[in-house]
Amino acid sequence: MNPRIGVIALQGGVSEHLQMLLNIGCKTVSVRTPQNLHGIDGLIIPGGESTVLIKLLSRWQLISPIKELAGSGTPIWGTCAGSILLSNEITEKNHKVNQPSLELAAVRAERNSFGRQASSFQEELLIKGLDNPFPGVFIRAPLLYPLSPDAEVLCSVNEGAVFIRCGNIWLSSFHPELTNDARIHRMFIEEAVIGSKPGH
Amino acid sequence: MSFIRDDGTWKVKTGHAQMLKGGVIMDVINAEQALIAQEAGAVAVMALERVPADIRTQGGVARMSDPDMIKGIQAVVTIPVMAKCRIGHFVEAQVLQALDIDFIDESEVLTPADEANHVDKWNYKVPFVCGATVLAEALRRITEGAAMIRTKGEAGTGNVVEAVRHARSVLGEIRMLQATPFEELMSIAKNMGAPYELVKYVHENGKLPVVNFAAGGIATPSDAALMMQLGLDGVFVGSGIFKSGNPAVRAKAIVEAVSQFNDPAVIAKVSAGLGEAMVGINISTIPENERMADRGW
Repeated sequence: MNPRIGVIALQGGVSEHLQMLLNIGCKTVSVRTPQNLHGIDGLIIPGGESTVLIKLLSRWQLISPIKELAGSGTPIWGTCAGSILLSNEITEKNHKVNQPSLELAAVRAERNSFGRQASSFQEELLIKGLDNPFPGVFIRAPLLYPLSPDAEVLCSVNEGAVFIRCGNIWLSSFHPELTNDARIHRMFIEEAVIGSKPGH
Repeated sequence: MSFIRDDGTWKVKTGHAQMLKGGVIMDVINAEQALIAQEAGAVAVMALERVPADIRTQGGVARMSDPDMIKGIQAVVTIPVMAKCRIGHFVEAQVLQALDIDFIDESEVLTPADEANHVDKWNYKVPFVCGATVLAEALRRITEGAAMIRTKGEAGTGNVVEAVRHARSVLGEIRMLQATPFEELMSIAKNMGAPYELVKYVHENGKLPVVNFAAGGIATPSDAALMMQLGLDGVFVGSGIFKSGNPAVRAKAIVEAVSQFNDPAVIAKVSAGLGEAMVGINISTIPENERMADRGW
């Protein structure tokens, strides 16, 4: 099976995800309109600027179709800004910020948690389900705080969680699409997309 | 068990630029404008004391902005804050890094501090963006450590012609290099005055190793979409927004046009009712010694 995976293509690191998906044998769709969501088996919301992405999702009428997609069980993975948009709560410096989100995961995203760009970093990560460390790339990254037992932490750094699975919603505060390592993309496809199909 | 943490790496510098793709970076001169820009959907703001159009009319030496003004902007927005240093002014760059700025623009819009040398950008944790008019210039800046390239255009004119010229040169030369036989690359590198390794990279990959934005003279949603359709990754808008009749509305329209740059119906819709665009300048009327694009090499 070659699943069709959509990538929200309004702003941010879109081409990197598309390339990674093509490399592991997926069909890809650049999602700019609600029509682009028809017939996809999974969706990725890329990194970018979360304040911009939420405005554009709203402007181009993508918010309710994405919520319906999530409700029907379609797997959705957000990286960095994408993980912020999927979280139920968004904070910065531990104060709630006035920014709407898709509210699809019982997670609080603490924006710009490590500081400004000079504090962006790379660190090897131990990830549940992967045998060897994964190259983590963190750029003005958020931290993710689980708000319910449904939110399963798959990876943490010293400060807190950076990779959470919440049913069919996956959130990573780092950027696997900026590496040459396709293991997390493959894990998302195999476990969330193919593994969730009836009869599998 | 925990692993070593590396900050300020090439990967996180170029990666930050990659996350700005498809976005609009807006020049702002105070906190109030920064908030308008963020509300309109700017992906980052460029903090500077005078927009290029004013630098052009007022003259004098244009320098790095006052740190208080930069801090004032950092305090009110959550999006990345960029700032400009003069070409070759490595102390201004040090100061901007000390201010925890997110990206430094070593910019020809300010008066150059060094006519021969640019800043050694490998020395900084903060990434740099630099302007380029042709491919060789872009490759020289990348060799010095620039993590992002933009066209120079002719800033402060509201005239997109120079940005188009620079985009066509850089992208055209990339296409030409792709089609060039391997054994000719060394001679091309020598003649271009660009490092062989990067010439080879462009030949093999058909693109720069860093993100490539448009800048200089972009004033309308169509200008921005034009640069995107030409093949650039995103857009800087300087004087075009806050020198126009209705900055908030124009800024939002440019953001929306860039997000759907291939859809003329969308661009038509967002272009309506924007009020007056900035008054433009024809490049031929600018004396040669006042052309910003000729600064740096």
